[in-house]
Amino acid sequence: MASLEVVPPETKLEVKDLSFFYGDFQALKGISLDVPSNSITAIIGPSGCGKSTLIRVFNRLYDLVPKARVEGSVLLDGQNIVDPQIDVVRLRRRVGMVFQKPNPFPMSIYDNVAFGPRILKRKGNLDDLVEHCLRRAALWDEVKDRLQRPALALSGGQQQRLVIARTLAVEPEVILMDEPASALDPIATLKIEELAQELKKDYTIILVTHNMQQAARASDYTAFLMMNPERYGELIEYGPTPAIFNRPQNKLTEDYISGRFG
Amino acid sequence: MSAVARFSDNDFASGLRRRRIKDKAVTGILSLAMAATLGILLWVLVYVAIQGLQLIGPEFLLSTPPGNPGTAGGGFLNGILGSLIVVGTAALVSVPLGVAAAIFLSEFGGNWFADAVRFLTDVLIGVPTIVTGAFVYAIWVTRFGFSGIAGAIALGIVILPLVIRTSEEILHLVPAQLREGSLGLGASKSQTIMRIVLPTAMPGIITGTMLAIARAMGETAPLLLTALGNDLFVELNPTKRMSTLSLQIFGNAVTGFQAAQARAWAGALTLIAMVLIFTALARFFSRRSQVSR
Repeated sequence: MASLEVVPPETKLEVKDLSFFYGDFQALKGISLDVPSNSITAIIGPSGCGKSTLIRVFNRLYDLVPKARVEGSVLLDGQNIVDPQIDVVRLRRRVGMVFQKPNPFPMSIYDNVAFGPRILKRKGNLDDLVEHCLRRAALWDEVKDRLQRPALALSGGQQQRLVIARTLAVEPEVILMDEPASALDPIATLKIEELAQELKKDYTIILVTHNMQQAARASDYTAFLMMNPERYGELIEYGPTPAIFNRPQNKLTEDYISGRFG
Repeated sequence: MSAVARFSDNDFASGLRRRRIKDKAVTGILSLAMAATLGILLWVLVYVAIQGLQLIGPEFLLSTPPGNPGTAGGGFLNGILGSLIVVGTAALVSVPLGVAAAIFLSEFGGNWFADAVRFLTDVLIGVPTIVTGAFVYAIWVTRFGFSGIAGAIALGIVILPLVIRTSEEILHLVPAQLREGSLGLGASKSQTIMRIVLPTAMPGIITGTMLAIARAMGETAPLLLTALGNDLFVELNPTKRMSTLSLQIFGNAVTGFQAAQARAWAGALTLIAMVLIFTALARFFSRRSQVSR
């Protein structure tokens, strides 16, 4: 893979030969990739190729699925997070997640952001923390006068930024975004992308998207996943985003990004 | 090229007419069904109100029935208090238990044990309430005698499966994304249930619970075999035989005396009013306690 022009950055998440099964069905096979810290890594690929499954491994949300099983390893700062012995609650505090559909809790804007700190019984001034997180999520100016209003009254784009603020409030290291803009209009989408650029200074961001322009615009690295004929997802190509989009090494990648399928 | 072009204008017009007629017919049938349903409901309410309003008043609500059922006057105070005590005791035990069971079924229910519980709950819903009464008679009344507690046990068994089933359905309606959102923030499963799932489902759970309680308020058959009734004086001790509104309505209605039947109508109106007031109160408080909607 042509990645000689960048200085190799520090690796935050190291995926090694990862396979994933839903019961007998294999969803992912032999995925290996290094996610550099303080960067945005996009995961692209056609529907059903396992993009969402892959990032749900990173915060062990797949634990909720009965009969889900993992082989291989995923190292977060060198610690294997797919180890059954690991404390998933602690892991999820380090690896936050923003979902495809904005999912604010049915409570006030303030309580949404304060939810994480409250359950974790964080010390310190909650008002300041809420303001800080809303500012970082570029939502403060729009909601500062109505923090006690229900979060569900916000627009879709605002809800998604609220969810990002809520995620920031537990001070994660990695933020997983599962098609965060697929339910949003273009302007709200751009806002989320700008926000991601801003946040990568402090966080490692993994962005699943089926929108190739978004991957090209918003990410530093791109991983291309595809379903192999036996229906499990495979990593076809991974590298710096400009290289993937300008000089794809694999014919499949080239076909996909030029819109020939997918 | 387009689908429309293949039809002549005539075809199109007649097709449109047919669809309009069909549309009108279906709308008509549905409106009729609704009118019939609403009509029956209103008929019952208005009829009970007209009959009940003839007697209902402070005297009816604050006194006990006369010693001789043929005598006019008197009231159902002992039945009103008895219903509150018996149904209240039943609800106090069955509602928390039922909601807890529903949480188990909905949040931890992917195994054979949960399936067995679900099946038994459905069976329990189908059991005629007189059978429940006979069961409590056999295991409790034969040993400890007729009492308010025996009545509460019977009613508790009647409403428990209703609370479980309705609460479970409501809990299933809480979007999975909310659970994932909470777990994704590092909340434990119990925190997620207590702080997100339950509050979100609460208005629905309360509605389901109120329906179950309303059902219990009206149950008579199981109480005949358990609480038995006591028309003579106000009894507040649930270890003694006790009257309830439903029992007094039944007892007075079957006498054949005009005065007693008038009391039964007033009692029926009181029962409906009590259920309505409880439902309204529950709605009011659930709306206030709920964080938003």
